[in-house]
Amino acid sequence: MATNSVVLASFSPGSLNRQFSIYLKETKYEFLKYLRLPVYSFSVVMLPLMFYVLFGLFMNRQGSIGPVGLSTYLIASYGTFGVMGASLFANGTGVASERGLGWMQVKQASPMPPFAYFCAKFVVSMIFGLIIVLSLLTLGIAFGGVHVTLAQALKLVSTLVVGAIPFCAMGLAIGYFAGPNSAPALVNMIYLPLSFFSGLWVPLEALPKFLQKFAVALPPYHLAQLALHFVGGDRHGLNSTHWEYLGGFTLLCLGIARLGFQRDEGKTYG
Amino acid sequence: MIATMTRSEQQFEARNEGAVIASLRGIGKSYGEIQALRNFNLNIRAGELVALLGPNGAGKTTAVKLLLGLAKPTSGSVTVFGGNPIDPEFRVRTGAMLQVAKVPETLRVREHIDLFSSYYPKPLRLAETLAIAGLEEIKNRKFGELSGGQRQRVLFALAICGNPDLVFLDEPTVGLDVEARRLLWDEIRKLLARGKTVLLTTHYLQEADSLATRVVVINRGSIIAEGTPAQIKSQTAGKQIRCVTNLSMDVVRRMHGVLNVRQDRDALEIQAKQAEPLLRELLNRDLSISGIEVASAGLEEAFVALTRDDNNSQQQISRSNKNGN
Repeated sequence: MATNSVVLASFSPGSLNRQFSIYLKETKYEFLKYLRLPVYSFSVVMLPLMFYVLFGLFMNRQGSIGPVGLSTYLIASYGTFGVMGASLFANGTGVASERGLGWMQVKQASPMPPFAYFCAKFVVSMIFGLIIVLSLLTLGIAFGGVHVTLAQALKLVSTLVVGAIPFCAMGLAIGYFAGPNSAPALVNMIYLPLSFFSGLWVPLEALPKFLQKFAVALPPYHLAQLALHFVGGDRHGLNSTHWEYLGGFTLLCLGIARLGFQRDEGKTYG
Repeated sequence: MIATMTRSEQQFEARNEGAVIASLRGIGKSYGEIQALRNFNLNIRAGELVALLGPNGAGKTTAVKLLLGLAKPTSGSVTVFGGNPIDPEFRVRTGAMLQVAKVPETLRVREHIDLFSSYYPKPLRLAETLAIAGLEEIKNRKFGELSGGQRQRVLFALAICGNPDLVFLDEPTVGLDVEARRLLWDEIRKLLARGKTVLLTTHYLQEADSLATRVVVINRGSIIAEGTPAQIKSQTAGKQIRCVTNLSMDVVRRMHGVLNVRQDRDALEIQAKQAEPLLRELLNRDLSISGIEVASAGLEEAFVALTRDDNNSQQQISRSNKNGN
């Protein structure tokens, strides 16, 4: 009825401030929510760090993949692994549970701008991704004899943090189709094999040839290649097709998530 | 909008105080095969506390979801503050307490309230919300550490923290013990005293009886009775007789004016339209009858009678107060 005036009203400077404060608070509490959730903070943050300490620092210290030391190489690949986990769990498991157990409806019934909900989840995934990558770098530099320039480190970190977005979108798509109970298992079933076959645990060079070819089809492979490029460990040099692949994958996942969103809207609620 | 109203609606309006601030008109809502609401009309006026009363699956929650814009009607129209409920301009004037299976457990009470308050342009101060919902002492607890009653009070706080004019409470006291229920009732009454309008759904008849200014009884998607709690009770004019008798339940059930009979340990509980004629008959037919108690039927008995009539006749009985009163 009065939609036009509403749209106009919401762009006045006072309300713009208010909008900003909503997004800020939504993000802040989303972050606290996951930080205090040991299942999340432990499995998502600690797992890649433990892998790194074990395989990058204690074992194979002197190993190298091509020109790159293994302890450097693994920062990029476990970084990709960590970013992917943080994004898939926050968005996949988180959305499936909040959607399936009624919390999302409470939010929707409130005047919260719907975009703030998703924005907060994406930003929080990226923050956890940042924490993981910075921790890996710190461990590597302190104990693994890793040498990177500041520029290299910045490029590596920013690539991985931005690289969280495709996996956030993938998480959303899962979250909109999985039930609250099946989502954690489903995410693990996707996350762990996907990591292995993309060469995040064992470098691709150590895998059979046919698996190396198969990896090219998987999104984590492309993010790992971008990250490795900045430490000199990529296979084919910097290649914009990696970004293109990830961009396309993001759009595909958002499209799937949107279908789920629409399905939900017309769905039965007691 | 007035122009589109039918004549009878206008007349109905004129008899009641307070403008209509939310309404469901000619609503049909089906979920696949299941018809949750059929030809459903409901007006909510400023300052009243309407209780939607009905058994599980009657369509109460569906009605609330339509008014909140969480579901779209299959037919008919939903109006809240003269507009569409999904419009942000109107959403900031409503608050809702819904049935939710899981609330983020790692956030503290005050954090939940802080976040929801930020959605509204003129929220209550945190201290005020905490006081109204009785949460001061547990404001720093995490949601996961709270008891059932405390959790419901937090959800209540989220519904009112934005200082909305219209508050929806969907089964607010379900699963609470007597003490916690009474505490929440007090808070709901305070809302009304502050001039708010409340739509409450419940299947606790006592709750509707003690809180509502108007009760709307619904069963299987239709309104079967509507009025003040006293009117609903008088509509079925029930009396309850309890006695120990040799007469069988079947014999008593066939007596004139008996609405319902049930065995309660060694006694029979009989719901009847009037007590006196039935008592006469009982005393005549069973000389050994003992332990007679007579009580007015509460809303509960009225409700049982209403929904049973509805189920038996498979059709609506008259909407008492649209035409009467």
